[in-house]
Amino acid sequence: MTLTVRNIATAALFAALLLLPLYVQLTGDRFMLTLFTRIVIMALAAVSLNLILGFGGMMSFGHAAYLGIGGYAVGMLAHEGIVSGLVQWPVALAASALYALVIGALSLRTRGVYFIMITLAFAQMAYYIVSGIARYGGDDGLTIYKRSQFGILDLSNKVVFYYVCVALLLATVYLVWRLVNSRFGMVVQGARSNETRMRAIGFPTYRYKLVCFVIAGTLGGLAGALLANHNEFISPSTMYWTRSGDLIVMVVLGGMGSVAGPVFGAVALLVLEEVLSGITEYWPIILGPLLLLVVLFARGGIDGLLSAIKRPGRAGKEPA
Amino acid sequence: MSALLQVDKLAKRFGGIVATDDVAFEVPEGELHAVIGPNGAGKTTLIAQLSGQLAADSGTIRFAGADVTRLPAWRRSHLGLARSFQITSLFLDLSVLDNVALAVQAHAGHSFHFWRHARSETGLRQPARAALEQVGLAHRAEARASLLSHGEHRLLELAMALAGSPRLLLLDEPMAGLGPDESVRMVAMLAGLKKRYTILLVEHDMEAVFALADRISVLVYGRVIATGAPHTIRANVQVREAYLGEDADV
Repeated sequence: MTLTVRNIATAALFAALLLLPLYVQLTGDRFMLTLFTRIVIMALAAVSLNLILGFGGMMSFGHAAYLGIGGYAVGMLAHEGIVSGLVQWPVALAASALYALVIGALSLRTRGVYFIMITLAFAQMAYYIVSGIARYGGDDGLTIYKRSQFGILDLSNKVVFYYVCVALLLATVYLVWRLVNSRFGMVVQGARSNETRMRAIGFPTYRYKLVCFVIAGTLGGLAGALLANHNEFISPSTMYWTRSGDLIVMVVLGGMGSVAGPVFGAVALLVLEEVLSGITEYWPIILGPLLLLVVLFARGGIDGLLSAIKRPGRAGKEPA
Repeated sequence: MSALLQVDKLAKRFGGIVATDDVAFEVPEGELHAVIGPNGAGKTTLIAQLSGQLAADSGTIRFAGADVTRLPAWRRSHLGLARSFQITSLFLDLSVLDNVALAVQAHAGHSFHFWRHARSETGLRQPARAALEQVGLAHRAEARASLLSHGEHRLLELAMALAGSPRLLLLDEPMAGLGPDESVRMVAMLAGLKKRYTILLVEHDMEAVFALADRISVLVYGRVIATGAPHTIRANVQVREAYLGEDADV
C-alpha cells in the first residue's frame, strides 16, 4: 500500500469514522452519532452494490430490495418473538442470498437496459408484496421493539451499535477488496470489460457473474439487518426504487473503480443532504446539478479525484 | 488418423443472407490452412462458427474426434480451440499482462478462488509473461492495454490465443490494419508459430497467405469453391475469375 493522496484520504476517513464517538462524547452531539450510524450502514450497502456495479459492470437498479429483505427478516422474526441476532441475522443473509440467486439467475440472461429494468421490476415487486402483508404492518411498516440480541453485546447501546456497524463496514471493504483481486474477481472484471472475449478464452461467465450477484445481495441484506436495528422500524419505503437510485448515486459519486470509493460517496451524499436540507427545503435543486457535475467532469468520482492528486515529488501511480 | 478439425456441410444464414453455405474442409494436425475470399465471403462468420460465438444452422464441426457443433465457446476453448479476433477484442481497462494472465487462468482449473491475489500468483503470471515474450511484447507487460498501438494490439491478440496452449489456432486476419514493416514481422512470427501449432488462418494479405499456407481454401459467397496447395490455387481458373482476377499477378 503506497502513500498516495488517495490512500491517505481513505485511511483518514476510516480513522474519522472510528473516532466519531469520541467527538460525540466531547460535544454531546448525539445527533451526529445517529446520522453517522445511518451513513455507515448505507456505505456498507453501497460497497456491496459496487461489487456488481463497478467491478462486475452489472447495472442493478434494485439493490434497495436487499435492505428491505434483510430488514424485514429482522422485523418479522422480532414480531414473532424471535429476537436472537444469531437467528435473525443468518436468516436475513440467507433470504437475501436466495432472492439474489433467483433474480440473478433470471436477469443475468439479459443485457443493458433490460437488465436494469428487470432488477428494478423485481425490487418493485418485492416492495408491493411487503406493502400487502397486513400481519407485518403493510404500508405502515413494522416497529421493532427490541434490537437483535447478541448476549453481552448490547446493540441498544448507541455507541456499541455504531462500532458494530463500522466493524462490519471495514470487514466488508476488506472482503470486497480481497474478492476483486482474486481469480474470481479477475473473471468478474474481465466479464465487465469484454464478455465475448472471456467466453472465447474459456470462461463460462454466467456462473461467475451469478455468484458475484449473490455475494453482493447477501452483503446488501446485512446492511438491511443493520438498518432495521438502527431505525427500530422497517417499512416498504426502505426498498422503494428511489432508494436503489440513492445507492447508485453513492457508488458513482464515490467512484466505481475502487473498493472504498462508495464509502466516500455515502458520506458525501448523506452529509450534503443533511447540510443542504438545513439551508433550504429545495435542497435537491442544489444537489442535482452537483451530481451532474461529478458525472460529467469527474468520471472516477471522489476516488478518481483523489487518485489524480499527485503528492509533490512523486509520480502518482497506484495499483487498482 | 482423422484430421484435427473436420468441417462438414456447415451453414449459417442471417435472415435472407447466406453467410456460409455447405462449407466443408479438413485441417490435419500440423497444417497451416488458410481461408481466403473476397469481402463478405463469410470468413469471419466461419471463424465465429468454429469457435462457438455463432451457432451453426446446420452441418457439423468435429474437433479432435469430438462433435463440437453444439458446444458453447468456452467449452471449445477448453478442448484446445483458441481464436484471435479481426477487430481487436481485448480487456482494454486491464494491463497487458492481466489480459494474457486471464487467458492462462481460463485453462488453470475453475476460478472460484476468492481470497488469494491473482496478480501475485506466479502460476498465472509466469506463463503469461512467456506468451508475451513469444510475440515480443514483454516490455509492455505493465502498460494498460488501451495505451498500446494498433500493431501491439494485434500482437496481444495473438499472445492471448497462445496463452491457453491451444491445439488449434483460429487466426482472424492477424495482419488487419498493420503497416508494411509490422506485416513483415507478423508473417515471420506466424512462420515461427507454424512449426509448433496447427493453424487456421483467415487473411486478406495474399502475399502472406501464399508464403505461409500449406493448403488454402477459397471461400466465395459462403461456399468453398476450391481447396488445395498454394500453387494449385494460384493456377485454378475458377479462383482466378472469382477472386484473384482483380489481382491476377499474385
